[in-house]
Amino acid sequence: MLGGAFHAAVLFLVSAGLQLVFGVQKILNLACGSFYALGAYLGVSAVTWALGAGLPAPLFVVVLIAAGLALAVIGPVVERILRTIYDRDESFQLLLTFALVLMFEDVIRFVWGTAPHQLGTVYLVYGQLRIAGSTVPVYNLVVIAAGALIALGMGWLLTRTRFGRIVRATAENREMSEALGVDMHSVYARVFTLGVALGTVGGALVIPATAATSEMGIELIVEAFAVVVIGGLGSMRGAFVGALIVGLLKAGAIAIWPEVEMLAVYVVVVAVLVLRPTGLFARAAA
Amino acid sequence: MIARALGAIAVVALLAAPVVIPRYHVTLLLPAFAYSIGLLGLNLLFGTTGLLSFGHALFVALGAYTAAALTTHFHILHLETLLIGAALVAGVVAVPVGLLCVRYVKIYFGMLTLAFGMLFYSFLYKFYTLTGGDEGIRVLRPRLLGQAFAGLDKVEFLIGPFYYYALAVLAMATLLMHRIVRSPFGLGLRAIRENPDKAAYVGVAVRRYRFYAFVIAAVFGAVGGALLAVPTGLADPLLAYWTHSGNLVFMLLLGGFDHFLGPLVGALVFILLQDTVMSLTTYWRFVFGAILAVIVIFFPRGLLGLLAWRREPTA
Repeated sequence: MLGGAFHAAVLFLVSAGLQLVFGVQKILNLACGSFYALGAYLGVSAVTWALGAGLPAPLFVVVLIAAGLALAVIGPVVERILRTIYDRDESFQLLLTFALVLMFEDVIRFVWGTAPHQLGTVYLVYGQLRIAGSTVPVYNLVVIAAGALIALGMGWLLTRTRFGRIVRATAENREMSEALGVDMHSVYARVFTLGVALGTVGGALVIPATAATSEMGIELIVEAFAVVVIGGLGSMRGAFVGALIVGLLKAGAIAIWPEVEMLAVYVVVVAVLVLRPTGLFARAAA
Repeated sequence: MIARALGAIAVVALLAAPVVIPRYHVTLLLPAFAYSIGLLGLNLLFGTTGLLSFGHALFVALGAYTAAALTTHFHILHLETLLIGAALVAGVVAVPVGLLCVRYVKIYFGMLTLAFGMLFYSFLYKFYTLTGGDEGIRVLRPRLLGQAFAGLDKVEFLIGPFYYYALAVLAMATLLMHRIVRSPFGLGLRAIRENPDKAAYVGVAVRRYRFYAFVIAAVFGAVGGALLAVPTGLADPLLAYWTHSGNLVFMLLLGGFDHFLGPLVGALVFILLQDTVMSLTTYWRFVFGAILAVIVIFFPRGLLGLLAWRREPTA
């Protein structure tokens, strides 16, 4: 159960980034899995370096989040590349993000090599808890809490702030908000960067618990896809519920019948697409 | 005239290739032929009908696994039977999958096809006893038109009889697809791509036509997959992985999706380019990603689009 919730928290962050970008820019960003992988690798490097430099171990989570946020600087750069094809058919936009996936995969291989990177046992520094007969690292609870907090923060950002109102207006009707004086380029750049940051922080947070591998991005993207399809494209609440469903479903399947782990997820995806093609929480206009 | 002359030169070159060029390069042409057949199908969906599938690898893998299962488990070694078997299996699978997928267009169609592809991948990967898991299933050397060619070693077999066999299958597939695209049915598909509402208005059964295109594409994909599995001698789950689907679309875009011969050019150039770049650097994915990005941004009509644009600037 808690394993599922941990996975769901990370999955939520990546899917939220995917949703945000799709909702506003109408681009289905395959590369969000690559941002996740980049976040993971940089997280390992940053924490290893910081611990070597004498950082007290309990602070490592701060370093992780900082590394994830710092990586968001690639957001504006990637957005600038994507900007060249905003007026093109969405098939081409999808393909351009696929090109980015290929490139980022090799960037990771080039910088960090092909061997998996691990952080060792530093995440046990917060100790472990015994809950309902099973042992859970407290770190996992921290990540779950962080995921929930970020979900609340995103909700606040999108519904309660001026920036959020502009973003939602743009998602609703791009021409109209442009006519009302919204600077589209700056909104797109900021939204995309926020999407990247959600992915990189998600990757950085997952890393103490698993090893970073160069395939982790292309593996996660299909799960994030499953989340947004189940939740409904472009919807934040959908990302939250979808991530919970996928995370718990995987955890449940692993406990009961490990062979069907991902199979179960895809079956649910297909079922949702067939029965409710817009997903559980899609807004009518998106 | 020029096109016809170029075509004749290409056919002669392909016929002469095994005698003229080094063995290694002949073996590279085999996957290019196989991919060409699969891409002809993919292009019927994307170039002709306007539906971008991110799950075409499902059918390529299905063809490969059919060939593998028939040779290894049932000792059926006639390649004709293997190809027909692959086509039948793909057709049977494509009916329910297609019925669901063609209810959607654009990004939803892409996502649903991707989901089905990954469903199959997950099945291949996890159901070890049936599919061999990540090791896959071996594909035994087939008989061509009843001949076993027992006297030839593996490479001699591949660059000799099998080469011409694959070339003949490719030629037949190309002619067949040409007939399909030029038929009233093909015209209907193009009308759907341009404007589904108008197509429906003039009497094209939009969803039914899309469904037929989906099934035909699947059959071509599986025949290509079965031919692909013979030279590699193996069907493995990565054939169904979503990045393989992405690579298929990449090949198509490289050749030019709005030209009938785009799939053939794309497959050939992709395979040769991949071989060259991989021998130069281990980071070939980066190079290929950059190439794809450049194509998407600057030359969305691919290599053949580039040629056509040079010849007739007004078009």
